[in-house]
Amino acid sequence: MYVELTKETGWVGAIDWNVRDFHGYETRRGSTYNAYLVQGEKSALIDTVKSRFADTLLANVGEVSDPDDIDYVVANHGEPDHSGALPEVLEATGATLITNEKALGTLEGYYDTSGWQVEFVGTGDTLDLGGSSLSFVQTPMVHWPDSMVTYCLETKILFSNDAFGQHLASSGRFDDETELPVVMDEAKTYYANIVMLYGRTIAKALEAVGDLEIEMIAPSHGIIWRSEIPTILGAYEDWVRCRPVAKVLVIYESMWRSTELMAREIVEGAMRDGVEVRLFDVTRAGRTALATEMLDAAAVAFGSPTLNMTMMPEIAGLLTYLKGLAPKHKAGLAFGSCGWAPAGQRELQERLEEMEIEVLREPLSAQWRPDNEVLGQCREAGRLLADYAENAAAEGHLCEP
Amino acid sequence: MQKWECTACAYVYDPEEGDPTQDIEAGTAFEDLPDDWVCPDCGVGKDLFEPVD
Repeated sequence: MYVELTKETGWVGAIDWNVRDFHGYETRRGSTYNAYLVQGEKSALIDTVKSRFADTLLANVGEVSDPDDIDYVVANHGEPDHSGALPEVLEATGATLITNEKALGTLEGYYDTSGWQVEFVGTGDTLDLGGSSLSFVQTPMVHWPDSMVTYCLETKILFSNDAFGQHLASSGRFDDETELPVVMDEAKTYYANIVMLYGRTIAKALEAVGDLEIEMIAPSHGIIWRSEIPTILGAYEDWVRCRPVAKVLVIYESMWRSTELMAREIVEGAMRDGVEVRLFDVTRAGRTALATEMLDAAAVAFGSPTLNMTMMPEIAGLLTYLKGLAPKHKAGLAFGSCGWAPAGQRELQERLEEMEIEVLREPLSAQWRPDNEVLGQCREAGRLLADYAENAAAEGHLCEP
Repeated sequence: MQKWECTACAYVYDPEEGDPTQDIEAGTAFEDLPDDWVCPDCGVGKDLFEPVD
């Protein structure tokens, strides 16, 4: 279906209702791959879709235009969820590809680009379509080196590619046609799981587009922002600056429930007015949700028993994932049980240090079952975490973008 | 010697330290780094670096 944004601009992408795993990211509400058609005297398609949706895209374009009439295809980013249909679209339209040198490098790595007509653009360049003109801003590492955004000077639509996106399949294409808390939840999940580590470059991109007058933000996934632009820009500002929330996470994996008992006691110690405390068994919560929780939580406790002289595999997987996403300005501690060697807890602690999480105390270890003394230490550790979270949120200490 | 900062992640290449992770000896100027040298922290290429004080 073609969906009009303005009389000269339309959405021609695809809704992927059933995708639940996007390279490991749990897309619990599906996703969309957004492509946009801008028509002036000449026409440009901005980004494409995953390869298996190429026919959908061409059919959507066909509702308003002969695919032969597309003169340009803009590739803002070379990743296959936006470029998968590019070979088929270029073949069907005979269009010239507009992209940057880095993105062409990505595309050459994925596809046979011989025979493609390519024009390079960079920051400040403009493509005149006759009645509509597109300008470009390179936004490296938001979230790949090739990333770029496109802005239409007349309609003031920012085609932001992956920035401001959400994995969210919906029938409505706009922010005011879908429940806002759901959209913001997915925007936050997307930020945490895709771009958290690039806060610095996103801050630069926000600055670069900050001077633009923006009527709509049309990302490459999820809904288009038109009524809630200040809401999403404000949220990005908080996320980029790592604004801490008075929230304590207790994330654990357990074998014979000893580590779980410790986790529950830490939660008991942390609970107080004004501090939100959340307990997660890593084997059930899933990495995607936990990375999202980590985005704004001020303090976190990670727990694992010792298994074969190391920590358990699911918590290890989570920590590897989080290390890559590099959440900033957190404090935390390690805890867990063991039979004869507290190796798992020591290893957890090393991982915290490696992630530059401020360690609030030495690892809490219980042999076999935690006794009353250890449980008391767990409650005390919970209070420490809550103190830290409360102070961090009150002081609002932010990271330099 | 001139230091260069990664615009993506703020890693600073200090020629006086070099980059042991990629066998770059101390004393190697940024300009003399091989073309395939990448930021040791985030992996972007030399073209995304800027000189810093």
